[in-house]
Amino acid sequence: MGSLKIENVKKAFGPVEVLKGIDLQVSDGEFVVFVGPSGCGKSTLLRVIAGLEDSTSGRVLIDGADVSVTPPAKRGIAMVFQTYALYPHLTVKNNMALGLKQAGTPAAEIERRIKIASAMLSLEPYLERRPAELSGGQRQRVAIGRAVVREPKLFLFDEPLSNLDAALRVNTRLEIAQLHRRLKATMIYVTHDQVEAMTLADKIVVLNAGRIEQIGSPMELYNSPANEFVAGFIGSPKMNFIDGARLGETAKTIGVRPEHLTVDTKSGAWKGTVVHAEHLGADTNLYLDCEKAGLITVRIFGVYNAEPGATLYTTPDAAKTYRFGADGKVLK
Amino acid sequence: MSTATRSLPRALGAHAILLTYTAIALFPVILVVMNSFKSRAGIFGAPLTPPTPKTFDLIGYTTVFGQGDFFHYFQNSLVVTVASLFFVLLFGAMAAFALSEYRFRGNTMMGLYLALGIMIPIRLGTVAILQLMVATGLVNTLTALILVYTAQGLPLAIFILSEFMKQVSDDLKNAGRIDGLSEYTIFFRLVLPLVRPSMATVAVFTMIPIWNDLWFPLILAPSEQTKTVTLGAQLFLGQFVTNWNAILAALSLAILPVLILYVIFSRQLIRGITSGAVK
Repeated sequence: MGSLKIENVKKAFGPVEVLKGIDLQVSDGEFVVFVGPSGCGKSTLLRVIAGLEDSTSGRVLIDGADVSVTPPAKRGIAMVFQTYALYPHLTVKNNMALGLKQAGTPAAEIERRIKIASAMLSLEPYLERRPAELSGGQRQRVAIGRAVVREPKLFLFDEPLSNLDAALRVNTRLEIAQLHRRLKATMIYVTHDQVEAMTLADKIVVLNAGRIEQIGSPMELYNSPANEFVAGFIGSPKMNFIDGARLGETAKTIGVRPEHLTVDTKSGAWKGTVVHAEHLGADTNLYLDCEKAGLITVRIFGVYNAEPGATLYTTPDAAKTYRFGADGKVLK
Repeated sequence: MSTATRSLPRALGAHAILLTYTAIALFPVILVVMNSFKSRAGIFGAPLTPPTPKTFDLIGYTTVFGQGDFFHYFQNSLVVTVASLFFVLLFGAMAAFALSEYRFRGNTMMGLYLALGIMIPIRLGTVAILQLMVATGLVNTLTALILVYTAQGLPLAIFILSEFMKQVSDDLKNAGRIDGLSEYTIFFRLVLPLVRPSMATVAVFTMIPIWNDLWFPLILAPSEQTKTVTLGAQLFLGQFVTNWNAILAALSLAILPVLILYVIFSRQLIRGITSGAVK
């Protein structure tokens, strides 16, 4: 009840190719996150799935049926937008009801679904208010409620948390995760924030410059990235990339995550000076300027006192070091 | 107002300039209204003084209501203005929506073509328009005026409205599409209410030249049945004798409807209802 298949979808705006052939399969009940830097085509891909943009070529199948030329309202989807996109002239209740009314759903059924959705999202006290009388977080919950009442085959989220402040973002993220667990619906979620991707997804699709770089579960992407781009994109702080030639290695680039480096004041593989230290309490980020490896980031769990200018030695965990070839792909 | 950005001499200076400008702008209007309540001798004897018990006279107004069918002229002016305004706003908004919302071949060229009318005065085409109206048998009808004024008002309306429509959130329109609203419903129910303040601006800019126009009523519809107020007032302008009392009274009366329409639209100008749709 909600699988999606994308076959060789391409999209060009004039001479600019935004999607360069996307193939993807999403099975029923999966939570899939499209992640990538801005301009990578993730929002365009979502719009193609929604039917808000026509693809230049390729097919989109929902539940096995080709919907490439079906209008958005007939595709059995619901979408939540970054800017909420609530109808300003309608009350919360009517905002949720509009889509169903358009589809000719009986009034009693509409009433029932709104009741369930508003209970789920604790929107009952606000049903008669207009969007202007709600806070940002409440508006986004209404937008999610509007999607829920449609009981769609596919939920599409277009950066729904970007306009919320940090605290609210964490709460709403949690609500979306719970919603997915409760509804067991297929959800596709677009974000540029890798934390959202890692925390929500069953499956992450990393996009870059109109192509899929890698598809996998969050841990697969973290532990075995297919190439330099995915390795650099997943994980925070970013993976250190060191020129292989400087270390006397055959690989073009050596990658090691900040959390897979240890430091010592006496001895180690690379000698360096502390440039800057960030103390976050739970962990400490050190920026070291190493003689051999250049500027690298080291993440130490817990508190570590290091003054800028001090000399430190750092050693990478050999088992968790990645080697990339000249084409950026991982070398086995 | 905070004191950091305002100083007393500055505020005084700004007010002095603005008050001077207001006085200059209002002077002719006040002069017309003032003199419309005076006797002929009063108008010529002391045109700059307000009416005194000695010079006060309603002869102008009694002439206007007595002679000529001024109520009918008013009605004509109102019909022409309101109908033209309606069509300018409707077609202007629709064209602006199409230009700002849809990507199609020749979009930019079409936008330029529609904006061309701002630069080329419609009166240059008067002869051709007259021939057209004669050919279609529309001379001496209000329809002729409405058609011409709609054409005259459209370029500016499209130009201004398409800029505003570009600012309406794409997400909102897309949300409507996903909810199964037709493009017409999206336009009338979602987009139009959000651009209402700019519609009011366009309405004011379109309405005043139409109401005040003398040229096209004189050429296209000079018959007694279709005379507008501005044309009707010419009745009192003779080659040898001019009935100033009546002209001033007619002009004073002609200000009223425009004033009323302006008040209606200016409320819309002030009221912003866009908040709450998107962050």
